[in-house]
Amino acid sequence: MAGFKRSTAVDSHRNGTRASFDAERHRKDFPILNEKIYGKPLVYLDNAATTQKPKPVIEALSRYYSAGNANIHRGIHYLSQKATDAYDDARTTIQQFLHARDSREIVFVRGATEGINLVAQSYGRNRLTPGDEIVITGLEHHSNIVPWQMLCQQTGARLRVAPVLDNGEVSLDAYEKLLNDRTKLVSIAHVSNALGTINPAKRMIQMAHRVGAPVLLDGAQSAPHLAVDLEDLDCDFFVFSGHKMFAPTGIGVLYGKLDLLEAMPPYQGGGDMISAVSFEKTTYNKVPFKFEAGTPHIAGVIGLGRAIDYVNQIGIDSIFAYEKELLAYATEALLKIPGLRIIGTAKEKASIISFVLADVHPHDIGTILDQEGVAIRAGHHCAMPLMERFKVPATARASFAFYNTKSEIDQLVKAIHSVLEVFG
Amino acid sequence: MVSSELRELYQELILDHSKKPRNFRALADANHTAEGFNPLCGDKLKLYLKVEGDVIQDIGFEGSGCAISKASTSMMTASVKGKSVSEAERLFHEFHHMLSGNDAAKMDLSKLGKLTVFAGVSEFPVRVKCATLAWHTLKAGLESDGKVVSTEE
Repeated sequence: MAGFKRSTAVDSHRNGTRASFDAERHRKDFPILNEKIYGKPLVYLDNAATTQKPKPVIEALSRYYSAGNANIHRGIHYLSQKATDAYDDARTTIQQFLHARDSREIVFVRGATEGINLVAQSYGRNRLTPGDEIVITGLEHHSNIVPWQMLCQQTGARLRVAPVLDNGEVSLDAYEKLLNDRTKLVSIAHVSNALGTINPAKRMIQMAHRVGAPVLLDGAQSAPHLAVDLEDLDCDFFVFSGHKMFAPTGIGVLYGKLDLLEAMPPYQGGGDMISAVSFEKTTYNKVPFKFEAGTPHIAGVIGLGRAIDYVNQIGIDSIFAYEKELLAYATEALLKIPGLRIIGTAKEKASIISFVLADVHPHDIGTILDQEGVAIRAGHHCAMPLMERFKVPATARASFAFYNTKSEIDQLVKAIHSVLEVFG
Repeated sequence: MVSSELRELYQELILDHSKKPRNFRALADANHTAEGFNPLCGDKLKLYLKVEGDVIQDIGFEGSGCAISKASTSMMTASVKGKSVSEAERLFHEFHHMLSGNDAAKMDLSKLGKLTVFAGVSEFPVRVKCATLAWHTLKAGLESDGKVVSTEE
């Protein structure tokens, strides 16, 4: 669980770009990829929902539970100190991975959803008043819509939504026009989970800052697939989920600028988040512990740290470049299928393809692909307003990770031909 | 090559009803309506019933959904039209039983007639709700008026 040094990432990244990307080698690290589904090799293309876990992460969890399990920040015994060190090291690993200035800016939460709710309730609820505005985009996942609707109900603030263009990009003109001195918070997806659009986050953050509005960037779909540099982006909050980046479920990260976090009241009360408690008065612990009430998901944190070490060894820029190649290959292959239409054709896209096929419902596509061992998502992708925008009840979505291959995309295409065979 | 399970699921009759749904229209003189919704996949339907005395005189539906849900709705409307409310309720129970009962093999499915084409859906647990949505919506329509039925409640 040694703290990761940034220089290592740069080195491995250079190595990664020199040689061609060896997905077959990385696949060997993921035991689940050997599974057979109905007797057919698993083709796992549902990475935007959750990613698979590599051996180093599985082993880190196993090692923690078999040789290192103890509670943190309280024991004076050996194992407790060891667990605390591992927990703290993971925080530093994440800080460096995101290029945050200070490890105290990294708060462990259950996932991106909890991070957004924490900001809504701890930051928003105390500051927003009737007439204030929160700006989101039409691309958002429900988890970046509902917490703000709840906050609006609590405070009398108003939710404003920047519209999405036909190609799946946010209209920047409309977004900029929505921003004004009543805008008290902006919350936007870095990458759309449903369409794959990569938002021009830095520009959108600058625009919001011009009217003095802090920005939460939802990194659930970006952190696992592209380099995130928080110093450069200058967003005020950033969230992501561990399970979408090769780590366990139930662990995620909220980044917040230190001055903002320090000014925010705790989200939940309990152990670990206090420095002194009497029945008359409680003094809260410092950031980030103030936001980490109760015994945290220690194994999850260690697993997440290990997952990021693993990603760093491969190099996030190499991953991005390889996935871009997969995206181009898949896009071209899918568009050759008669009646197939891709929803979301933004210029900048992550490795996510949402599509519809003639008048075959995505749910039927999903069932038939599943029979061929191909796992995709069919549905509204927790983005019902976006589906409404494109006048489709649902889409089929294939989403790639660095362990996917072009031959798996060929399997996907073949399986879609089975759909046409059934519905032809 | 399409597997035999898939051929069993997507039988000709099901594909036919999903492509050319019967009774696919709003009823201007409906006296009961109900909406059905499956938030997991976005299946949506609105059911119109004209019930006179104890008889379902006319029935129609509108909406969008997967092949299974559309075919099931279409065949449900065809099978309850002209039947008494209690007969329709009996069919509801038998259909439901066929798809969710563990003792389906022992069941007498003869009353279900053509509806037995949906028996194969029980092999696809995530699709059972697609097939039963129409029937739950029918039940809601007969019992109360204008209620939205969700598969997730």
